[in-house]
Amino acid sequence: MSRLRLVWRKTLNAIMLSLTGLAALAVVSVLFLILGYLIWNGGKSLNWDFFTKLPKPVGETGGGMANAIVGSLKLLMLAALMGLPIGLLAGVYLAEFGGKTFSFVVRYTTDLLNGVPSIVIGIFAYTLVVLPVKHFSTLAGGVALGIMVIPITVRSTEEFLRAVPVTLREGAMALGASKWRTIATVVLPAASGGIITGMLLALARVAGETAPLLFTAFSNRYWSDGWEQPTASLPVMVYTYAIAPYDDWHRQAWAAGLVLLALVLLANLGTRLALGRGTVRSV
Amino acid sequence: MSSAATIIERATPPESGPRALIRRLRHGDEVAHVLTLLFAASILLITSMVVYELWLNSHLSRAKFGWAFFRTGVWDPVFDHFGAAPFIYGTLITSIVSLVIAVPLGLAAAIFLSELAPRRISDSIAFLIDLLAAVPSVIYGLLGIFIVVPLMRTTIGPALINTLGYLPYVGRLFRGPNYGVGFFTAGIVLAVMVVPFIISVSREVLLTVPREQREAALALGATRWESTWKVVVPWARTGIMGSVFLALARALGETMAVTMVIGNDPKIAASLFAPGYTIAAVIANEFTEATGDLYLSALIELGLVLFLMTFILNGLARLLILATERGGGHP
Repeated sequence: MSRLRLVWRKTLNAIMLSLTGLAALAVVSVLFLILGYLIWNGGKSLNWDFFTKLPKPVGETGGGMANAIVGSLKLLMLAALMGLPIGLLAGVYLAEFGGKTFSFVVRYTTDLLNGVPSIVIGIFAYTLVVLPVKHFSTLAGGVALGIMVIPITVRSTEEFLRAVPVTLREGAMALGASKWRTIATVVLPAASGGIITGMLLALARVAGETAPLLFTAFSNRYWSDGWEQPTASLPVMVYTYAIAPYDDWHRQAWAAGLVLLALVLLANLGTRLALGRGTVRSV
Repeated sequence: MSSAATIIERATPPESGPRALIRRLRHGDEVAHVLTLLFAASILLITSMVVYELWLNSHLSRAKFGWAFFRTGVWDPVFDHFGAAPFIYGTLITSIVSLVIAVPLGLAAAIFLSELAPRRISDSIAFLIDLLAAVPSVIYGLLGIFIVVPLMRTTIGPALINTLGYLPYVGRLFRGPNYGVGFFTAGIVLAVMVVPFIISVSREVLLTVPREQREAALALGATRWESTWKVVVPWARTGIMGSVFLALARALGETMAVTMVIGNDPKIAASLFAPGYTIAAVIANEFTEATGDLYLSALIELGLVLFLMTFILNGLARLLILATERGGGHP
């Protein structure tokens, strides 16, 4: 009887443990399925025109997404200009100056801001930038993405600053440097590799965001001059082309999807490998 | 570091008056402190401004519909009549479906990574899963439209209807016409999107369980699985709950992928295969077309509802994860 029970327990052990292995395998294989589908479908439709030409009018085949690529770069630049300084300095505060309670509140709020759905950030940017001037603009899209950059930058900056050994700070202070000089000339340079990596990851994440752009940067079938006009962007193009009823647009949606995914994954791969895994949390 | 700072502060005798102030400013510490403090405070400001703007701009809709907004199932822009019920229903149903799929899968994978796999393999798989979490949601939507929806129409849907559809009670969820788009399809796509978060957080929480717990269980004659399931997982359960809440918050607020596969039909249907709508999806689809202030205001109120739902869930999740990582699930 007890022998039977032992056999049962061992069998259950074997079954459950192999199921956990299968689960891990299944999840990882999804990544390769995604990569495979995009490379297969996107690779077929990607050509030089995609990078150099404007979208063709409805009904004509061909054309490219040059304006969307430039639009995405402009949006990312705005997001970086707005989000990175705020994130960096707030991170410095949390790691170097912060007291206990206020730091906890800031940290907690940062996590909550990070969890706000991107579409809600889009509404916020809309009410803030679009409503007063009554038209969509690149600037509004940049503001939306910039807000999303902040929380990720704060947390990674703080983490890397904390990883700088105390002895370095003490050394600088022992030489008579004031606190801010210690931070600016010793601590920040020591942590710069990690901080820059965190910033790149933050930008990579917002580069793929679609929802907050739908009613801020909107879209544009032509070039967008300056910062006051609506602009096309790669993620929004993937969306509009994928739900459109034209085969040629579907083809281009795959191509745009491949370019977008390649950008985002390469940025992630590069920065994470350069740094070693485990140092930057994705959530 | 703080000890070094106090030593230096004590070494300089305390001075008062404008000269001392100038000296401190020249050293710049106070300036740097205040400057960074302002930037840190700006995060609080931005977050509260989000709430304020949503509240302010949803005023028209709140004044007109009141609490009935949540009970009304009609969404009719032509007659300016707006109710949130179908969207709240759709948001909850798709999120629940995704969790039913993602939680067992994610927890199992996290157990494998923390308990079984050698550290090196575990780390590289976790790395790949982090990459999966980085895939933009519009890409999931693209694959959803062109891969999952056809698959659902031809293979998965009929298979479920012919098996689970015959069950008592639960069966009604799996009956009815199958268009390929709908709650269930959205749930599948969402499951794939949130599973990396469950794995990543659960794995970290499981790794914080003390080694002695496992060894004690094994020494008492438990099998590997028994020590994992009866000792390690219960120890980490608060953190695992946290990861599930985090995943739920993600699923509730996810926009693009859901918009592309749910069918965008504001109806409350019992069948999981019926097309539906979610809060995020209706905002994405109708915001730019919203003519009339009341229409826009109703959409913004939906945004406020979504914001509050995710805000509360995220708040709980963070607390649970903090509690586990600090003290373990047991007192």
